[in-house]
Amino acid sequence: MTNQTMKEALKQGVAELARSLARKDFSSVELTQAYLDRIGQHNTELNAYVTVTNEQALAQAAAADKARTAGTAATYAGIPFAHKDIFCTTGVRTACGSRMLDNFISPYNATVVEKMSNAGMVMLGKTNMDEFAMGSSNETSWYGPVRNPWNRTLVPGGSSGGSAAAVAAHLCPAATATDTGGSIRQPASFCGLTGIKPTYGRVSRWGMIAFASSLDQAGVLTRSAEDAAILMQMMSGFDPKDSTSVDLPVPDYLATLDQPLKGLRIGLPKQHFAAGLNPEVEKQIRAALSEFEKQGAILKEVSLDNSHLSVSAYYVIAPAEASANLSRYDGVRFGYRCDKPVDLEDLYKRSRAEGFGAEVKRRIMVGTYALSAGYYDAYYIKAQKVRRLIKDDFERAFKEVDVIMGPTSPHTAFPLGSKTKDPVTMYLEDIYTIAVNLAGLPGLSVPAGLINGLPIGLQIVGRDFSEAQLLNLAHRFQQATDWHTRTPGVDGSN
Amino acid sequence: MAWETVIGLEIHVQLATKSKLFSGSSITFGAEPNTQANIFDLALPGTLPVLNGEALRMAVKFGLAIGAQIGRKSVFDRKNYFYPDLPKGFQTSQLDFPIVGKGSLTFTLEDGTSHTIGVTRAHLEEDAGKSLHELFPHDTGIDLNRAGTPLLEIVSEPELRSAKEAVAYLKKMHSLILYLGISDGDMSQGSMRCDANVSVRQKGDTKFGTRTEIKNINSFRFVEKAILIEAQRQIDIIEDGGRIIQETRLYDPDKNETRSMRSKEVANDYRYFPEPDLLPVVIDEAFIAAVKATLPELPDIKSKRFQSQYGLSEYDADVVSADRVTADFFEVVVKDCGDAKLSANWVMGDLQSVLNKAELTIAQSPVSASALAGLISRIKDNTISSKIAKTVFEAMVNGEGSADAIIDSKGLKQVTDSGAIEQLIDTIIAANPKQLEQYRSGQEKVFTFFVGQVMKESKGKANPSQVNDILLNKLKK
Repeated sequence: MTNQTMKEALKQGVAELARSLARKDFSSVELTQAYLDRIGQHNTELNAYVTVTNEQALAQAAAADKARTAGTAATYAGIPFAHKDIFCTTGVRTACGSRMLDNFISPYNATVVEKMSNAGMVMLGKTNMDEFAMGSSNETSWYGPVRNPWNRTLVPGGSSGGSAAAVAAHLCPAATATDTGGSIRQPASFCGLTGIKPTYGRVSRWGMIAFASSLDQAGVLTRSAEDAAILMQMMSGFDPKDSTSVDLPVPDYLATLDQPLKGLRIGLPKQHFAAGLNPEVEKQIRAALSEFEKQGAILKEVSLDNSHLSVSAYYVIAPAEASANLSRYDGVRFGYRCDKPVDLEDLYKRSRAEGFGAEVKRRIMVGTYALSAGYYDAYYIKAQKVRRLIKDDFERAFKEVDVIMGPTSPHTAFPLGSKTKDPVTMYLEDIYTIAVNLAGLPGLSVPAGLINGLPIGLQIVGRDFSEAQLLNLAHRFQQATDWHTRTPGVDGSN
Repeated sequence: MAWETVIGLEIHVQLATKSKLFSGSSITFGAEPNTQANIFDLALPGTLPVLNGEALRMAVKFGLAIGAQIGRKSVFDRKNYFYPDLPKGFQTSQLDFPIVGKGSLTFTLEDGTSHTIGVTRAHLEEDAGKSLHELFPHDTGIDLNRAGTPLLEIVSEPELRSAKEAVAYLKKMHSLILYLGISDGDMSQGSMRCDANVSVRQKGDTKFGTRTEIKNINSFRFVEKAILIEAQRQIDIIEDGGRIIQETRLYDPDKNETRSMRSKEVANDYRYFPEPDLLPVVIDEAFIAAVKATLPELPDIKSKRFQSQYGLSEYDADVVSADRVTADFFEVVVKDCGDAKLSANWVMGDLQSVLNKAELTIAQSPVSASALAGLISRIKDNTISSKIAKTVFEAMVNGEGSADAIIDSKGLKQVTDSGAIEQLIDTIIAANPKQLEQYRSGQEKVFTFFVGQVMKESKGKANPSQVNDILLNKLKK
């Protein structure tokens, strides 16, 4: 493979790579090696990967090449990608951004990992993330912050910051990610990517390390809606191992990508175009919306009356669930154990004090408090009631419109360290995305403009299990615009 | 002062499912430590619970058997606390929406009084593992084989008023659980454990006293002893002017005393909240109907049938029907011999004591149901007396053959020839003039002396009622 072919190959997305590999423009081993080389060159500065699985990747690639020669290869066999380090991978460290799991080698695969592997996809490594997915800037990771490839002094967003940076910097063509309050969509917005968080229950959570069980959902970060459709097709579906996964057939996402938009009713929540939104962002989002209008869609203002309560409700429910989900990290069976514990209490206290970072501890304390006798009704129950109201808001809106659109984030990526001192400012990062998790709805962020050379995202929210529609809208938008093709570039320049 | 004991029981029943409540690990008692714990049981990151449908069916079966409301929307909750044998750091249990709601259980005491006790609720929960403190010199070992085993916790109303009632309730519950086949009910292996909430108050008081909870009592006998000793302890304290502290206590059978475990006043805050990894369990009519169809004839219904069909007393009927195999055995005996009262007496009396002594179950009885019926038939047709029958039964237990064969070979056939009996009585009266004198002067107790002599001379073979009649006539002359 010549340097020029290699450079071209690294620009290709999943759909295009499938065609190239089928044509044997290059082999999967060549492609994989090219990515591994590139990771070797750029990962130190970006810190996008925490683990690179060179040998395993090359072995998977060789197997894919062999299958292709034999004519037995699956369509996407041999295509490299990365997993967020929240998915358990057999024999490979799964640390979830935490010192607590720095020594944890999973003995089993997450369902998502299994499905990607069965499709013949080649895992290049595991990507950096906020510790236990708690963060909006990827600065809470035990492995250090990830840098935004568009500007290395900025955050990539979080918690799936490693996946976002890796895809944006062409350290992989696509990556898995997870979203509890905006952790796929906000990094997508900050890094100029397509990111989809499917409906709660669409993708199995088996093997995906829990942050807040009723909100967590797996999705992908890609450079196009088409690629997202391909990967969502692989990942989705009912899993008997996850009782909250939904037993509904998975539609053919590629089949409906090109459907016309005529008559589509788009709702614009007035609360998402109010104070706090950067005027430049609003201008670009409105410009993006006019693209949809051009294609025959109708814009209509809607109201999500309780959206101002979503961040507060979220920061009761998510920490409450997390406080219990993280109790298993006690130094007894696996993970970090403090040195020479003198007794059981010492083992618990020091293992958890030393194994968890500040943000994780903060949320465990908030959640424990919210569930405590005497506070449970005032916090947890009340937050659940608010959650119901938020879901009702969306249901009401969806009687009038088909989808809801608005900015994914009120602004572009912010400087590293600029919000770490004030947790509440950081929590407000997810102001437009969090309600979608509380309502369990699918949400997608699509690149919709650049401000001072930094990308912004348009968020599209649909009814339950309307992933096909969201991908269709994003794809139609990408057919008419080129924002999604703007990347920091293979050379690290825009 | 007259004291009254108030008792409520919480019974933990280990369900006889093949696998755990939320994982596919198998459950076998006594396996090597940690060989029955999979990645979920170890609480590895990313693992999720899946409810065992069989455990759910068993719980519903139990609910139907005690006439309880079945929770149409049942919710699992997380009960949070740290302990090394609790891998997830929380126990998955049920708080506000248990699978089984209010029901009741009726039992009859030996004195014939019938008691109906309210069952507040029954819910599904997972068991914890075991901490092994003895095996290692400086460390504690953890065995997670038991972690996640399905338990049904059955909570009674505080309606039991004595240790005897508590034991009768527990035994009835035990019998019901075996009938339903939802647990092996083996208390020695912890398949059925009991916590007793005990308080005392003045008879006639309407308010309850402060209660203590005695944890993990593992035999019927200990339940009775623990409650008695705890009630007495409380009475002593109050009579000495003291006050009962609400706390958890442990019964020590060796010293026959209860000891404080931990005070509820510094109790854990378990921070219960709905388990987000499990959806609420929705149970519909069809599911309930399907479970209902699998219910066997239950002890209460069987007991009523035994009373009406066989004329047994309520107490006898309850005892015979308490165990399904015993009840079946009894019915074969009745069918073959035609005498229900005698059948019940033999099954509950002589046969049961032989089985108890040899530590056998009725299924292992050395005397089959039809063989026992053969013996009872010989009593009924006056071939042998009840007393001789005991000798014959003993021989049967020793494997010496059928009742008829033993009666023949040992010459135990009862003498019913009144001429022969008369002759014998005449001889005995003649030989005992002093006793005759005593009887005739009004000391009627001497009658039994003559009966004894006749039976002794006849080697027990004289028909006792004939002996009575003839002797009475002769003595009165």
